Amino acid sequence: MLRHLTKGKKLGSKWSDNIAGWLFVSPMLIGFTLFMFGPLLYAFFISLNDWPLLGDETFIGIKNYETLAHDPIFIKSLVNTLLFSLGLVPFNIILAIFLASLLKNKFFGIGLFRTAIFVPVVTSLIVWSIVWKYLLATELGFINQMLALIGIEGPSWLLSIPTALPVVIFVSVLKNVGLNMILFLTAMQQVPAELYEASELDGASNFRKFRSVTLPLITPTVFLTMIITTIGAMKVFGQIYVMTRGGPVDSTKVLVYYIWETAFKHFDMGYASALAFVLFFILLAFTILSWIVRKRWVFYEE
Amino acid sequence: MRNKGSNLFKYIILLIITSLMIGPLLWMISTSLKEPAKTFTQFFPNPIRWANYAEVLGNSTFLKQYWNSIYISILVTLLVLLFSSMAGYAFARIKFIGRNVIFLLLLSVMMIPAEVTIIPLFLFMRELGLINTHLPLILLPTFGASGAFGVFLMRQFFIMIPKELEEAAIMDGCSKFKVYWRIMLPLSVPALSTLTIFTFLANWDEFLYPLIFINSRELMTLPIGLSLFTDETGTAWHHLMSATTLATIPLLIIFFFAQKKFIEGMTAGSIK
Repeated sequence: MLRHLTKGKKLGSKWSDNIAGWLFVSPMLIGFTLFMFGPLLYAFFISLNDWPLLGDETFIGIKNYETLAHDPIFIKSLVNTLLFSLGLVPFNIILAIFLASLLKNKFFGIGLFRTAIFVPVVTSLIVWSIVWKYLLATELGFINQMLALIGIEGPSWLLSIPTALPVVIFVSVLKNVGLNMILFLTAMQQVPAELYEASELDGASNFRKFRSVTLPLITPTVFLTMIITTIGAMKVFGQIYVMTRGGPVDSTKVLVYYIWETAFKHFDMGYASALAFVLFFILLAFTILSWIVRKRWVFYEE
Repeated sequence: MRNKGSNLFKYIILLIITSLMIGPLLWMISTSLKEPAKTFTQFFPNPIRWANYAEVLGNSTFLKQYWNSIYISILVTLLVLLFSSMAGYAFARIKFIGRNVIFLLLLSVMMIPAEVTIIPLFLFMRELGLINTHLPLILLPTFGASGAFGVFLMRQFFIMIPKELEEAAIMDGCSKFKVYWRIMLPLSVPALSTLTIFTFLANWDEFLYPLIFINSRELMTLPIGLSLFTDETGTAWHHLMSATTLATIPLLIIFFFAQKKFIEGMTAGSIK
């Protein structure tokens, strides 16, 4: 990078170019400094304080971080976030690959199916969650009424501990699986047709073709999609807010929900910032992982 | 073709999955036309009650929230298009001191989650007296993830435009700004439209910022307004479903007309 910089200088960027360049990037640069970098640093400073919304702040060093290590609700929210991701990511990826392989080759009605599966992606997350909350209502909800027809008494899906988190995962997967499906479709369409022809000559079954030809060639996309989906899952908030409010008994209280609650319900800004930094470092780790995968990906293509 | 049995199996599986995708939305539309007492007991609305829509549209708070969502999303999209295409152009075409460092810095914005910066931003906006105004909802996404992604997308696009096109203009003595405005921007319509869809959708659905910065109902955007709808009037499902239908239909219409561009915008955003 340094070499690039000195090279740029030598090639003699003119005065006018320097001014023009800085002018062109300045709106974004000033905006990002004011609204992103500044707040990020300031958030770290806040996390080192006892900082109530009203009243004075006191510097307490890393005490907030010590507190959270022994905070059962924090541990619970971290575990819930991990459970949510562990449930959502494999389910989402496997369903997306399955759908992409079903919808890879042309057949009657393919466009309709592809569109239908993509429609929830276009729908607002909040609307999607509200409608599902309605469908899942305990006594008269559509789903339990259907179950009653075949003699099953449906549970209070969103109000009982064993079902709440799995149901939110299920609803979230349906909302976004179409996006991953499209990514996998694109990757699958780039697999050279000759490879399939060759394996057909060898008499390979459909499943065999998928395992030995398609899957190895789309592996980079699978990795990358997994990481992106995981990052999204770790930040889950909207559907929890609408469907369960973190309940019942904290069983769906995820990290972002706990951060929001600590900061904007209990007004404990210092502790909430410390919680937020835990999230930040988890996400940072996944982002760096995605860069490593991407580098390998480029390497594969060359 | 080869195997009728497996084809039938494929259709059945796909029908089950697509009904999970489309079914809830059809149920939403169906409920939006039912009579209040029948929201849970009917499959199809009978009689059809259009008055639900009239009543929701007659609710001035809902209309205000709808308008807030529309104008904020449009404004953010326009700002992102302008500022990120300017920055993208400079990163792609102008040689200036510090270019690479600043570009890396801007890229790193994409890693900063809004959940971390929201607390200092709340304190900052409170200091400036901007709580319960729309300004944070416009500024923060513009100079946040949407904007950063826009800079990245536009730079990648400008790099691929052949240089000859602007060299002629520079020979004629055009300024950098004129080259950007008259030549590069018109050429970048495909990238701009992808970015438009991505930014508009992301902001239409934005939840955290309005939840934190807005207190009064008239100033809320649709996602927050709709989410509070469930709390207070838990039984007025016919109204809520009319409201969510009204919030969804415009997006679906645009989606069906510009499907290809739409999918491009959404997937571009997810790959980054």
